[in-house]
Amino acid sequence: MDILRFATAGSVDDGKSTLIGRLLYDTKTVFQDQMDAVERVSRERGEDHTNLALLTDGLRAEREQGITIDVAYRYFASPKRKFIIADTPGHIQYTRNMVTGASTADLALVLVDARKGLVEQSRRHAFLATLLQVPHIVLVVNKMDLVDYSEEVYERLREEFVGFATKLRIPDLEVIPVSALRGDNVVDRSENMPWYHGPSLLHHLENIHVASDRNLIDARFPVQYVIRPQSDAYHDYRGYAGQVVGGVLKKGDDVVVLPSGFTSRIAAVETADGEIDEAYPPMSVTVRLEDEIDISRGDMLCRPHNMPTVTQDIDAMVCWMDETAPFQVGRKYSIKHTTRTARAVVRDLQYRLDVNTLHRDEDATGLSLNEIGRVRLRTTVPLMCDDYGRNRSTGGFVLVDEGTNRTVAAGMIADANR
Amino acid sequence: MTSPHHYQLSHLEALEAEAIFIIREVVAEFERPVLLFSGGKDSIVMLRLAERAFHPAKVPFAVLHIDTGHNFPEVLEFRDRRVRELGVNLVVASVQDAIDAGTVSEPPDGTRNRIQTPVLLDALEQGGYTAVFGGARRDEDKARAKERIFSFRDDFGQWDPKNQRPELWGLYNSRIHAGESIRVFPLSNWTELDIWHYIQHDQIDLPSIYFAHDREVVDRSGMLYAVNEFIQPRPGEVVEKKRVRYRTVGDASLTAAVESDADTVAAVIDEVASTRITERGATRGDDKFSEASMEDRKREGYF
Repeated sequence: MDILRFATAGSVDDGKSTLIGRLLYDTKTVFQDQMDAVERVSRERGEDHTNLALLTDGLRAEREQGITIDVAYRYFASPKRKFIIADTPGHIQYTRNMVTGASTADLALVLVDARKGLVEQSRRHAFLATLLQVPHIVLVVNKMDLVDYSEEVYERLREEFVGFATKLRIPDLEVIPVSALRGDNVVDRSENMPWYHGPSLLHHLENIHVASDRNLIDARFPVQYVIRPQSDAYHDYRGYAGQVVGGVLKKGDDVVVLPSGFTSRIAAVETADGEIDEAYPPMSVTVRLEDEIDISRGDMLCRPHNMPTVTQDIDAMVCWMDETAPFQVGRKYSIKHTTRTARAVVRDLQYRLDVNTLHRDEDATGLSLNEIGRVRLRTTVPLMCDDYGRNRSTGGFVLVDEGTNRTVAAGMIADANR
Repeated sequence: MTSPHHYQLSHLEALEAEAIFIIREVVAEFERPVLLFSGGKDSIVMLRLAERAFHPAKVPFAVLHIDTGHNFPEVLEFRDRRVRELGVNLVVASVQDAIDAGTVSEPPDGTRNRIQTPVLLDALEQGGYTAVFGGARRDEDKARAKERIFSFRDDFGQWDPKNQRPELWGLYNSRIHAGESIRVFPLSNWTELDIWHYIQHDQIDLPSIYFAHDREVVDRSGMLYAVNEFIQPRPGEVVEKKRVRYRTVGDASLTAAVESDADTVAAVIDEVASTRITERGATRGDDKFSEASMEDRKREGYF
């Protein structure tokens, strides 16, 4: 059993909560006491059937204000897989939340209402999923029961979306017609749509291959922490702890330490159980080297013939996430990239991107909450960068306001491997 | 736990890797982290992950127990043994001491869940702890489902659900001003079943009350409370001897047992996999009072 992380985006109107409720319910993730509460509330509201959307009902703070507060994480499992859902509200002011949920997702579910067809919001969700390099996208055409399970409606929507998707370069796309309310094609194939020969949603989620989405070519090991036991038994022990974010590390591999450029060889790759043959993403391991060289947190181990770009000049797409102050050229921020923290000054804002039309506004002078733009930064120390498209870990960063300590932006590095 | 496919981690391996990464991240970025240890299975798993994260070095932070004074003796013994084995420093903050000193007052019903919070906040302040590991999981409660892995708390330890820091990739913002702190939940993405599978896989020792044993209990609205120095039968209640186990371990005056024959980890896993009631719903008097009780307590500085 492995893990699939997926992000959902959509509004209550699209039936997103009902769809998630249906997945939880049909995979028997919902407990009796939770179900009792949902049935009680449904009855009190005079609804005809149990409202599965209530299973994902939010905090009291949200209900009081009629808003949804950012990302909720939900869990369910089938015999084949454990699933982690990053459930994000779909409205434009929640671009920040969708970007957050998509950052670690293997797959994104984009929901549309079969009656309404593709709307601005569906295109925006698909665009954000591709911006965050989510490798698999599923367009869920919901409420098929309300269009008489019409193949024509499905086909028209599918063609329209595929046409739009070619512009976005989506690596893998599936379009599934469902009724979340009635359960058609959610867990089991529906008898109401005999013309549909594809998988049910759960079958697709269970079987999609995600292991090969990780970068197993470019060895990248950001040093997180140096383990020095200072005990008699391990007097000279010095281990570099961290999570492998790319490639495969083995004993005997030649490595180069960046940014210093010192070279050595891997003496052992270890966990608490002892030496292991090899380490690959996303394993947390400890690496020992044959030579004693000066290495600290924020350095990176990689292979001499396959190095990231070591640079203080960063080109990136950023999504601005702060409502208290705009992104401005000339301002300085703290930048967090892999295990390295530096300061960065904004040199240039090349354009602001309209997430609905994909229009580039080159006259923009700043970015406010939920706006996305192409920027150039200069950092105080070199960062070890790859294109975000090549490696989400060595290509992603966040900016933190040094005064308020708020996380103000997410960045995706572009053109690093020129 | 080895997966059949090459270069693919099983779900337990992936969860373990994530938790170890988070624990190391905290130690690298904070001067004085501390791990909150209740003797419950989640905190036991967390302590085990901390041990694994820094091997062969010792766990580089202290363990803090908020002692409500209502303890299961089996759990205290377990705590002391584990702390000795690991050679870590144990700090105990006593709710009873705080009551005696008059800094908190015991509610008329004798439940101490709510008055744990000021004791916890005092202990954090006195110890100068800026990062606090907790074993909470997002599958436990809807407030927790929306809480960050690095959960920012203000000067008063309060959680503000509307003012949370976005968390992307594995990048955790650890910047705080003086007086503020971060609660860290490395087990956020684990479910109750994941915890049990990991306990089985890693052969982790647990206090005996997690497994089926005979105990004298009273039935209060479907919850089985052990009769002990904190819980006495009320008029009309019948004391029965039943085969029970605990699904969660909390304050002994509030935590109920469930009827069970599961006396091994494997049997517990079978039981958890087929059970239809959430663990808090089944065993915690404190979570039943109000639909939003966890949300409210978190806002006051609770975990």
